[in-house]
Amino acid sequence: MEGHPATISTAPPRAGLRLPGVGAGLGRGLVGLYLSLIVLLPLAAVLDESLSGGFGAFWDSVSGAQSMAALKLTVISSLIVVAINAFFGTIIAWVLVRDEFPGKGAVNALIDLPFALPTIVAGLTLLTLYGAESPIGLDIAFTRVAIIVALCFVTLPFVTRAVQPLLMEMDREMEEAATSLGAGGFTVFRRIIFPNLLPGILAGVLLAFARALGEYGSLILISGNIPFKTEVSSVFIRSQIESGDVSGASAVSVVLLAISLALLVAVSFFARGGARK
Amino acid sequence: MTAKWGLRCLAFGYLGLLLLAPVGMIFYKTFEHGLGPPIDAMTSPDALHAIWLTLLMVAVAVPLNTVFGVGCALLLVRHKWKGNAVIDGIINLPFAISPIVIGLSLYLLYGTDGWFGPTLSEWGIKVLFSTPGMILASIFVSLPFVVRETVPVLQEIGTEQEQAASTLGANAWQAFWRVTLPAIRWGVAYGVVLTTARVLGEFGAVTIVSGSISGQTETLPLFVARAFENFDEQGAYAGAIVLALLALTTLLLMSVGGRKAKASGGPTPVGPGEVAISMSNPKEGS
Repeated sequence: MEGHPATISTAPPRAGLRLPGVGAGLGRGLVGLYLSLIVLLPLAAVLDESLSGGFGAFWDSVSGAQSMAALKLTVISSLIVVAINAFFGTIIAWVLVRDEFPGKGAVNALIDLPFALPTIVAGLTLLTLYGAESPIGLDIAFTRVAIIVALCFVTLPFVTRAVQPLLMEMDREMEEAATSLGAGGFTVFRRIIFPNLLPGILAGVLLAFARALGEYGSLILISGNIPFKTEVSSVFIRSQIESGDVSGASAVSVVLLAISLALLVAVSFFARGGARK
Repeated sequence: MTAKWGLRCLAFGYLGLLLLAPVGMIFYKTFEHGLGPPIDAMTSPDALHAIWLTLLMVAVAVPLNTVFGVGCALLLVRHKWKGNAVIDGIINLPFAISPIVIGLSLYLLYGTDGWFGPTLSEWGIKVLFSTPGMILASIFVSLPFVVRETVPVLQEIGTEQEQAASTLGANAWQAFWRVTLPAIRWGVAYGVVLTTARVLGEFGAVTIVSGSISGQTETLPLFVARAFENFDEQGAYAGAIVLALLALTTLLLMSVGGRKAKASGGPTPVGPGEVAISMSNPKEGS
């Protein structure tokens, strides 16, 4: 408390609390320092390392056959997964908002389980039911289907959580008006409900896509990590690090980083546009 | 009526096959032969060391990110500045970056050929393949949670009470401890719980920087992976159950906390799912 004289009652009321102990300038300096040490410098090192052999070497690493196969698998799997979760995520949100059933609170809390559960546990969990010792005889381990299932698991909450608030805020009078004017259930959904939910679905899809692109922990046990077949980019990066090609690992990392950043910018741009409407 | 049941079946069927059945199955597999095997597996020296190391990660990373998170949230909400949007964007980065890339980035800084590695090793400090590197990775991946939880509650409580406290003679610290912190406590608490859960479960980033030396640099998630790869299924399942129970406790704490916060009339903190999608919330940050 030293150096901070109490504001005496005759002073004009201030515009809210300042950062206690430090001024805004010093506060920004400290925040900048922490973010630089923890986040920015490490990322700068990746960018630097990726270009250490010049742009030609960077491109050779990214466009190598194994790297390209991994990147293609990652992007295509992620696209399939976000499509599946856009569909089911919206339905789950609908059931949680518009339907009434016993245990709704518990189901609602359970939606967040994939975010709370460590990724390695998620992978192992799926493997107990859908692996070689599957009690229902469904062994998908070490296939591309396993990658899709694991990614569906870890990205499950995104669309549901983005759509839920929109559904709750939605004005039911619009639907009732349309129904009273003779619109059928499907027409009401297509013309009224869906357009209102679309910003949420898209935001959820973009975030889920970003998450799926970088996923690692839930995949290593169940995907088998077979090059050209079930090796996603994050696993490829790890194998590059282990074989000593750190520059190659960095180059692929920069590609993933660039896609993630573009998605983040798209999400915030899109959210601002949606909010103005 | 049929549409309603159709939607219910789709929603519950998907959740059941993807979430409930696998989680139920791993509980069954763990306790198939009673409580003995999982308890034995969790009391082996390697497992106990992994648990201890995981708790150490939490003990260092969570307080650091909490102090940073609350301070940063105050800065973002109460001090309008055009740089705030940039700070806000950087804080979201750990959510969008692959854990493997995070691990690689620290590897490049603190490795033997890294930017800081040679100097630090001259001073006798070992970061990579030892505890400090793992702590840095834990801080990186769990950085956004406290900020993302505290910003919305700070915006919601406004500044009137703080101004009143200030008019009555409270200094900045007194106003913070007696007025602001009690008002935002649920948001901060949620942030702390989520940070803890993330640090406990982090796998990808820690894998790269730890070198996974069993009994030395192995956290509980790394222990689970190694046990499984070494065909020690009991060990892997037991470790996974400990982590799964912690995750379920997280959800339970937040669900109870949310109800309490609502009952006390204060701002309701956001759940884990909403935090992850808060990047798409234009009201937050600047």
